[in-house]
Amino acid sequence: MNLFDIFAIVDQPDLWAARAQMALSLAWHIVIACFGVGLPLLILVAEFRAQRGGGAVYDELAHRWAKVLGVLFAVGAVSGTILSFEMGILWPRLIETFGSVMGLPFAIEGVAFFIEAIFIGIYLYGWDRLPPRIHLLTGVPIVISGVASAWFVVTANAWMNQPVGFVLTDGVVTGVDPLAAIFNPATPVETTHMILAALMVTGFGIAAGHAWGLWRDAGSRVHRTGFLVAFTLGALVTPAQVVVGDAAAQFLATNQPIKLAAIEGLYQSERGAPLSIGGIPIDGQMRFALQIPDGLSLLAFRDPNALVQGLDTVPADQQPPVLPVHVAFQVMVAIGFFMLGLGVWLAWSWRRRRGLPGARAFLLGAIVSGPAAAVAMEAGWVVTELGRQPWIVYGVMRVDEAVTVARGLPIGLFTLLGVYVALTIGTVFVLRRTLRPAPAEPIA
Amino acid sequence: MTAADAVLVLLWAGLTAYALFGGADFGAGFWDLLRGGRRADRIGALVEDTIGPVWEANHVWLIFALVVVWTAFPPVFAAVASTLYVPLTAVAIGVILRGSAFIFRKSVDDPRLERLFGILFGLSSIITPFFLGAIAGAIASGRVPPGNAAGDPVGSWLNPTSVLGGTLAVGMCAYLAAVYLTSDARRTGDPALADAFRARALGMGTAVGVVAMLGIGVLSRDAPALYDGLVARALPVVILSAFAGIGSLGLLYQRRFGAARATAGLAVGSVLWGWAVAQYPHLLVGSLTIGQAAAGEATLVALLVSLVVGAILVVPSMAALFFLSQRARP
Ligand code: HDD
Ligand code: HEM
Ligand code: HEM
Repeated sequence: MNLFDIFAIVDQPDLWAARAQMALSLAWHIVIACFGVGLPLLILVAEFRAQRGGGAVYDELAHRWAKVLGVLFAVGAVSGTILSFEMGILWPRLIETFGSVMGLPFAIEGVAFFIEAIFIGIYLYGWDRLPPRIHLLTGVPIVISGVASAWFVVTANAWMNQPVGFVLTDGVVTGVDPLAAIFNPATPVETTHMILAALMVTGFGIAAGHAWGLWRDAGSRVHRTGFLVAFTLGALVTPAQVVVGDAAAQFLATNQPIKLAAIEGLYQSERGAPLSIGGIPIDGQMRFALQIPDGLSLLAFRDPNALVQGLDTVPADQQPPVLPVHVAFQVMVAIGFFMLGLGVWLAWSWRRRRGLPGARAFLLGAIVSGPAAAVAMEAGWVVTELGRQPWIVYGVMRVDEAVTVARGLPIGLFTLLGVYVALTIGTVFVLRRTLRPAPAEPIA
Repeated sequence: MTAADAVLVLLWAGLTAYALFGGADFGAGFWDLLRGGRRADRIGALVEDTIGPVWEANHVWLIFALVVVWTAFPPVFAAVASTLYVPLTAVAIGVILRGSAFIFRKSVDDPRLERLFGILFGLSSIITPFFLGAIAGAIASGRVPPGNAAGDPVGSWLNPTSVLGGTLAVGMCAYLAAVYLTSDARRTGDPALADAFRARALGMGTAVGVVAMLGIGVLSRDAPALYDGLVARALPVVILSAFAGIGSLGLLYQRRFGAARATAGLAVGSVLWGWAVAQYPHLLVGSLTIGQAAAGEATLVALLVSLVVGAILVVPSMAALFFLSQRARP
């Protein structure tokens, strides 16, 4: 750990503002980015079906979803740009020290952005200008580059959790191995979990829109088909996501034990540690939780007697905030199981009657599933990012050693807050306009 | 040539692409804002059609430049971003407003909303390049010291060279856009509109030339190191830029719009390269040189490989996009 205090703590009274600004911009961008990863896939599926005799409904869906992508991609690109600025504006010491280690994935991500932006241009502009088969093919690079950009950027975050690929002597980085940094130990789980999350957010998000349409007009074929395609994507991914989530927790048990301790509110190291479901950590104790004996040891190490490291193994100033991390984790997991339930419900009804469950409650659940998926994803990021505190680079550099000394950060924060509020209102408003059914909907 | 030099050349090529393509998109917003009179609607439609399919791809050049700097020359990125916190935030907000206003305008049909988003789009198309130019001015005049926000938070970007840089940036974007739009208007079969843009291009080109001439005087006092480089080692590039600029005006006058496009691009591009040649090998004037700021060999080589592979993928795709969007509408 940081025994030698390699870096000096920066004089920055407004550290909170830098953190809040970073969190705000990331949390905003990531929702849109999820659609950049998942939506191209849905559009291609619809276009493919339309070309294979699926009928006008699929064509209509492909066009509608493409309109949504057009708006969201633009908004995603501009909201991502500010993130790249903020890495230097807010955390200059991070980049100065580690830019040569963690920069490469961002540069490769830049290539993916190019491909994505170029082919989105070609795809949207070429719809009636290219032969149908070629047009379908021009969509494939969008899917690949969307997934690739998510993969690369998350490797950078994984590196912040498991920093490897360099030697640090007296605050100077040498012996950089950029490939080792990209393929750090946290990369496999984190990237997979995130890409699956993006697919879930897109699948359930789009499905929720169509569920809302079905709620108001149960006979709409466009909404029914759109719902089924999108919801199927989300529902298929969910079980895999739970498995990968479990792997993520197991990974933490050995590689970032303090984060796991914060997730579980485990203040003291324990053999046969219990799994705390729900509950609130107050004054160094987990209260009101449903505790499953030996559950945590079992889940984390597949051994009911395993020793799970508690928060007490590090000094107080190296412990993350337990309350938000624990609560966020509960929210993420609860939503994951809620989605799992919805998927099972649909599958069951489909097997019995080849149809959607008749109950209004199912549609209501489906409408909720859209926002819920985004909430789960945000909650997961709160776990990852707050659970890493006080480190910006785990065990190596603290957040208060990385921040800028510039003054007036709250002004920037509140200005941006205003911009994001306006951007949110504008995006929602424009999406609703774009999706307003045409005066005479040909397919009903 | 070291690996760091090679990265720098690619970086500058990317920035040049940003200036020539992204810059023209900014300029299109400038003319969109100032449109009026009988042709207002046709100008708006032309701007929307020409930049619609390409602006996002053109915008990525900026991202590309940022990530290459922070990977290959981390202390430079840290120093520039932290000292120039204010203008960079302005650029970021400008980018957000501009992109979203453009796409929002395209997606609504209420004329009042279209006006509102149009104005936002136009204003942010001016503010953003202005601050980018001001940032260039701050770096070129040696006002960014290495370290964590070590420079003057205001004076670094509010000074004669930065104002010159900002003004030139806005003017050059508007000039490029006018030149490009002239030939776009002709291609879409609207000679009257082409003439209107020709007049704008001639006016703006002359104005930029005059500002650049006056600017040399400003630099000699406010940015002596840059000035010394410009009148010595970079002199051939500066002369090339001047000739290309004058040549493009002549070609416009003769209505040879295709050739004017190329020379206008050359004029603007060589301003950037002139700056680079004048400042070489300093990345931060008076302090950091390339050698002092560059990342280790392993990072640079990995970066170079990624960029070359990236270029092989990106350049043909970009060409396909331009080809498709430049074909006359069916
Ligand atoms: C739709 C979203 C979603 C759903 C349903 C789940 N997760 Fe998740 N989770 C995320 C979306 C997410 C994420 C994308 O937000 C995170 C943040 C960083 C990452 O790699 O994935 C995350 C992080 C994350 C972490 C922290 C990883 C780290 O910091 O290294 C753990 C331990 C879990 N998750 C575990 C789970 C479990 C056990 C789930 C069982 C239901 C689960 N997640 C469902
Ligand atoms: C994959 C790319 C990501 C990278 C490279 C990244 C990087 C960073 C950095 C540099 C900080 C500031 C230092 C710190 O506070 O630890 C930070 C903080 C934060 N990030 Fe991330 N982040 C990523 C994804 C996300 C996402 C998608 C979210 C969504 C909610 C998020 C939420 C946060 C939060 C809440 C903080 C503030 C933590 C605190 O200071 O208390 N991050 N992140
Ligand atoms: C988990 C985190 C992230 C994911 C999955 C992600 C994914 C994406 C995707 C798919 C896009 C394409 C645009 C779109 O589809 O709307 C995008 C855009 C962008 N992202 Fe992110 N991103 C993440 C975090 C970050 C971070 C931390 C940064 C920078 C530090 C960043 C920088 C950018 C930039 C600059 C763009 C715009 C590129 C363009 O112009 O096309 N992203 N992101």
